[in-house]
Formats: sequence, C-alpha cells, structure tokens
Amino acid sequence: MAEINVSVETGDEPPPPPKHPNTCPACHSHYRDDELAAALWVCAHCGYHFAMRARARIDHLADDGSFLEEATELHSEDPLGFFDLRPYTERLAEAELSTGLADAMVIGQATLDGRGCELAVMDFSFMGGSMGSVVGEKFSRACDSAAERGVPLISVTSSGGARMQEGILALMQLPKTVCAVEDLRDAGQPLLSVMAHPTTGGVLASFSTLGDVLLAEPGALMSFAGPRVVQQITKEKLPEDFGLAEQNLRFGNIDAIVPRPELREKLSTLLRLFDAPV
Amino acid sequence: MPPSEHELRLRERLGRLRNMPLLGGAKLSGDLQRFQKQLDRLQQEATDEEIWRSVQLARHDNRPYTLDYVERLLDDWFELHGDRGNADDGAMVVGLGKLDGRTVALVGQQKGRDIKERAERRFGMPNPEGYRKAMRVMQLADRHGFPVLSLVDTPGAYPGVAAEQHGQGGTIASSQAVMARLNVPTVACVIGEGGSGGAIAIALADRVLMQENAIYSVISPEGCAMILWRDAGEAKKAAAAFKPDAAHCLELGVIDGIVPEPPGGAHTDPDAAARLLKESVAEALEELVDLPGDELRRRRRAKFRSLGVFA
Repeated sequence: MAEINVSVETGDEPPPPPKHPNTCPACHSHYRDDELAAALWVCAHCGYHFAMRARARIDHLADDGSFLEEATELHSEDPLGFFDLRPYTERLAEAELSTGLADAMVIGQATLDGRGCELAVMDFSFMGGSMGSVVGEKFSRACDSAAERGVPLISVTSSGGARMQEGILALMQLPKTVCAVEDLRDAGQPLLSVMAHPTTGGVLASFSTLGDVLLAEPGALMSFAGPRVVQQITKEKLPEDFGLAEQNLRFGNIDAIVPRPELREKLSTLLRLFDAPV
Repeated sequence: MPPSEHELRLRERLGRLRNMPLLGGAKLSGDLQRFQKQLDRLQQEATDEEIWRSVQLARHDNRPYTLDYVERLLDDWFELHGDRGNADDGAMVVGLGKLDGRTVALVGQQKGRDIKERAERRFGMPNPEGYRKAMRVMQLADRHGFPVLSLVDTPGAYPGVAAEQHGQGGTIASSQAVMARLNVPTVACVIGEGGSGGAIAIALADRVLMQENAIYSVISPEGCAMILWRDAGEAKKAAAAFKPDAAHCLELGVIDGIVPEPPGGAHTDPDAAARLLKESVAEALEELVDLPGDELRRRRRAKFRSLGVFA
C-alpha cells in the first residue's frame, strides 16, 4: 500500500520568509516598524495581511485598559519526553523567550465598544500557533469564563494545527475544545470565530469552525490538509486559491471575509446583535 | 516514577476482583486476566520495536476491517447509504444491526481489499460527505435511543481539493460536536489506524477502546518524520517518539481499555478477534445503557475536557 501521510499538523514552520519581515511578500513594499503597527500590519500598497501578534491583536480589539488576562500560570509539560532533532522542552523554552508568551494562546476578559466579551487569541510566533494541552485548556477555560459571565466568546486563530510533540494528547485537544464549545452553547452564549492566516489542521477541525459566526481575514489559508500534502497524495493540480478564505467563502464554508481595519467594527456590530451586556 | 492514575485504577479493580468469592466463575476470571494483562502492559514500557510492530500490524494487508467485524458482531445488518446532499462515501460505512439482541447504529471507516475496492473506498480516508453520512446516522440513533458503535480505521481524512472545498475541517469539527451532544451510549474502538482528525471525528465516545495492535496518533509516523526529521524514512524513529501504541494511549488516559487480539495479531484469526472485540464492546455498553442521556453527555464531555498535561 502506498504510504499515506495525512495529519492535522501542517508543520510549525512558517512559509519561507521574505528578505525582511517588514517587506511585503506580495508586492515587496517595505515599511518601518511604526508604519506597520499603525496600519495594523496590513500592507498599505496591496492590502496583504502580515501576521499580527496576540498582544497587538488584543490591544487593537479590547477597549483601552479593559483586558484582564486569565490562566497566565499555565505552561506546557513534556508528557512524552519528546525528542526529535531537539528536545521539546528546548523548543518550548526558546519559543517562550522569543515571544514573551507562555504558549500559543492568550485568553482574558475584555470589553469592546463597552460590551462585555471574552477573548481567546492565538499567536503564530509560538511554535507555529500549534495546539497542545495548554492551548486546549486555555480555550476551554475561556469558554467557561464566557459562560459564567454571560458574555460572547471571540476567538482569533492562527495555527498550523495540532502540536506533534505532544502526540495523541495534542489530538485530544480537538474533542476537548469541541466539548467546551458545546458547553458554551448550552449556556446560551455565542462563539464568534475570526480565522487569521493560517488556520489549518487541528484548529480548523475543532473549535474555530464551530463558531456561530465564522469570519476570516483576506488571504488566510484555511485548509485541513496543507497544499503540499494534498498535491503529494492526490497528484491533483491545485486551484490558485486552494484553501484560502476566498475559496472558502465561495463554497459556503464561512460567513464573511473581513479586512483587518474593519474587524473591530464588525465584531462590535455582532456583539450588539447578540445582546452582549454593556 | 509514581504509578499513574490508570495503573492505580487497574490495581484497585484487580484487587477487588481477586478478593471476590468466585461467584461469577468464568466471566470473573476473564476480567481478572484482562486487567492483569493490561497492568502488565502498563508496567513494562513498550520498546521502540514493539511500537513499530504495532504500526505494521495495524496496517497489515489482511487485518480485519470494519465490515469483517460487522458480519461477525451484528445480526440483521442493514447498511444505510448517502449523506442526503451530495454523495455516498464508500470510505465510511454506516448502518443498523442487532448486537446481542439490542439495535445499535454502527459507523466506521472501511478500507478496501483489492485494488479496485481500495480506490473506491479511498484507503479508508473519508471525504466530508462520509462524515456527514456518519452524523446523519448518529442523529438517527439519538432519535430512536440506539447506542452508537464506532469502529475507527483510517490513515486520516482524505486530503483532496474537493474535500477542502466541501469543508473537510469544519465537517470533522461538526461530527465531534454531534457526538458531544448525543443522549445515547457511545462506544468507539480503534481497530487499525486511528489517524488524526479523520479518526477523532467519530471517536468522541463514552468509552474509547483500542485493539492491542491498533495505533492512534496525531499524525502518521511518515508525516511526522517528514516534518521534524525532513525525511519520511525516519518513520520508525518518529513512531518511537510520539508513541501511538495502545499501551501508551491507555497510560495517557486517552482510551479506557485495550481489546486483546489473538496471538500474532487480529489477521491470524478474525473470528477470535471479533469474539474478543464483541466481549469488550458488550461490557462497555452494559456499563452505559442504564445511565440517563443527560448524564451520559455530561460525563462524556467532562472526560474529554480533562485530557491534557500541563503545569
């Protein structure tokens, strides 16, 4: 039988970087740090959406001073003693040092235009935004916090998929987060899911696509299997917009594509529609 | 290393059985043997060689597939077809049958035996239509109070262009959500390859079992080797690192029990393998059938929400 290679993990390496992180990979425009930050990391020339860090996203979405972070104490363990070319513990320590985050998700209470909500925001810089036990637990707690306080949950995802280094326990974060969303539903609160580039593999196949409303950023890759895997296995010619937000919108898999500068306003409208408490 | 919670639980059950006066006879000694065997497995860490042997046996060409068990486990088997929207996916088999006189709904991935059937069934890799077909039958079971039996055997969900266009990721999420909402008893057993999202889509069950030589993993050994070692040839090393074998899954609390196979593996004696599977499934169902639906649901969600290791 042919070797079959299918997974919820599409790798934790970002695509080959442009010459400089501030150079737009689409049109090669170059920006200073402050220019990019002021433009919410969107290319002023062509509209390309650069990756946005979790803290910056929260600063942008939450009303000033309203964000109260939760579950800051959670850290990953190494249940399998996983060792590939380097030990998992070393990769974790390095990611923590380079990102200043404890893991790939930040959660907490906030208000947006005065309305209460819970935020669960992923950061691709931390091991490709991969979902292991800590991400699963944080998302799960965000659901509980939203349910207890009677506010909607807004998730912003950016993830290559499940974290291979945690083996089967990483896969178990799919049913774990799904069960958390179902408990949130029973509590009568909505999940508003924003999918940024990339939202693939195990995060796409769990909580992110269970939102009551599904939004995506322009050009975000949202495929279960990565383009390379699909090509290898099926030998099919991939359409140009394979797995992108635009294709997903056309096929009815998401509700809307929202450019980053409009996201806050759209979420504010949704919070009003779902009667989030003032 | 302190004994894991599962080891303690097994020890406790074992101790209880040993001290019981021998009223139950054969049934009891069967339990005793099974727990002892599971305990032995937990105590001796599987070696890299044993893990790789599981990978090979789980993919063995002659390993019994879902329909091989269906014909040995269920009476009055009635296969159902189609997702009522788009297609009938041969990689996913669904239907109704009687297990020990009780109607159950069965869902399971199905691999093919010969080249033609393998192509038709896509090596057991369902499209979104396959998962929608499974969801349809699970909801049917929910309406009529039939327990759901799920047999997991897939390298993963199909990674195709159309599959992505038709919402593979979202469908796998929805299928899990449907299972998290069922009010009927659910038992899942990994009978071969429990490959990633394609497997968990039908494995969010009250009791999750694994056959002795089955594997359950977040990624295939080849895929993991490709990404982390940049070489698919390092699959054996990758498998040793992420430990997809039944003993490790039991130790991590991911599964509730290991279903023994005949010596040499399920393919050496499919009838015996089916008998052993039936015993474990019947036992699991027995523990569940008297619980009210909302209680089943509550416990099921609590179980999955407790999975993970962090500090």
